Amino acid sequence: MTIIFSLFLLTLLVIIAIAIVHTRNLFVCIALMSIFSLLMAVNFFTLDAADVALTEAAVGAGVTTVIFLTALRLTARREKREGTKASLLSLCVLGITMLLLIYATIDNPTLGDPNAPVHVHVAPYYLEQTYELMGFPNVVTAVLSSFRGYDTLGEVFVVFAAAIGVLFILDARKGTGPEYRPEQAGLKHHLIPKAVGGLLVPFVMLFGLYVQFHGEYGPGGGFQAGAIFATAVILFSLLEGEQAALRAVPRSAQMALVVGGASLYGFVGVLCLLMGGTFLDYSVLMQDPVIGRQVGIVAIEAGVGMAVCGSLLSIYHAFAARHPMEGRDESV
Amino acid sequence: MNLFEVLGHYNYWVFSILLMVGMYAVIARGNLIKKLVGLSIFQSAVFLMYISMDKVEGGTAPILQSGNPGQLYSNPLPQVLILTAIVVGVATLALGLAIVVRIHERYGTIEEQELLNAD
Repeated sequence: MTIIFSLFLLTLLVIIAIAIVHTRNLFVCIALMSIFSLLMAVNFFTLDAADVALTEAAVGAGVTTVIFLTALRLTARREKREGTKASLLSLCVLGITMLLLIYATIDNPTLGDPNAPVHVHVAPYYLEQTYELMGFPNVVTAVLSSFRGYDTLGEVFVVFAAAIGVLFILDARKGTGPEYRPEQAGLKHHLIPKAVGGLLVPFVMLFGLYVQFHGEYGPGGGFQAGAIFATAVILFSLLEGEQAALRAVPRSAQMALVVGGASLYGFVGVLCLLMGGTFLDYSVLMQDPVIGRQVGIVAIEAGVGMAVCGSLLSIYHAFAARHPMEGRDESV
Repeated sequence: MNLFEVLGHYNYWVFSILLMVGMYAVIARGNLIKKLVGLSIFQSAVFLMYISMDKVEGGTAPILQSGNPGQLYSNPLPQVLILTAIVVGVATLALGLAIVVRIHERYGTIEEQELLNAD
């Protein structure tokens, strides 16, 4: 039954991807992109990746769609038709590449083969040692925050750098200037967003907190929680207008979240150094190494959550508060 | 090649097709937003490939069950890589969109050919 379901989902993914590329209306394109992400999340879930599915649903279907739409508001709504000569050539080349790729995958181990090379290298070590070393059952969180803590530190700083880059490119540093005018009105005068959205916001926030603090025991962690929190505030902003959202979480608080989160992660690493361990070796933080690791992981997950939430919010506000240029061709 | 092998490789075939569909949007479409959408599809295809590799037959999500010692678990490592990549993906996508917005403000268009003509 599951296999028929996933075959259906995968085929649907291909159809939607082709529709996304085919459509000329960019609004339709973004709406389909959101559906694509949601289907991808369901796919990840059927492939046993619960944590990834949660992230894809919150980030791919939620935040990405809103950021695309805010960018669309500042640019064009329709794509113009162009000559087909270059596209015909690229179609041929890409078709041949696709056939070659499919030919190459025939040598891959089949889906779910327990003896595939990827399953016999380091993965058994993580699965066997997690409970002994960390004292909690979610292996994905353990690998993310402890075994491969260096990687995650790097990723947090990439998100941090991207957010700073967006703020500089869109010149939203001071929150002044002629093109910077946060929207007063939201969607509150519409009945359905008001009734449904207003009810949802507190529960989405509550779920974000649950995902943050239960991440060691179930699917979740800082990345997912940060994204879920950001979606809650973005939903609030869409309902009540950006002014209200900026009053609730002001620009300075967003920056404090981004900088504070990234620094908290780095600080825990340095603290481990000072207490006689190696960088990001949490076991020295407490007398009992298992408790020490748990304390370290809770601290860095909080840092990740803060940094991701602050980055996504500041990116959203940088796009949303900018106004389309005067005299722009609205008819296109 | 029997039916079992076909079904076992279907994920990877979908990965190849999605990869090329995304690539087509990046190469052949002139609209800059469409190019970024294509890049997102390309990225999602790579995610799908990694997550397909983590599956173990009869396994479940890698959250250990203490009362169930014989349980098989799927591979946690690809999941960790992709989990962080998704969040980094949206941040870099936003950076690309910010550049597109600035291009539109400067040139009044986001069609590649018109941009080339404008310079």
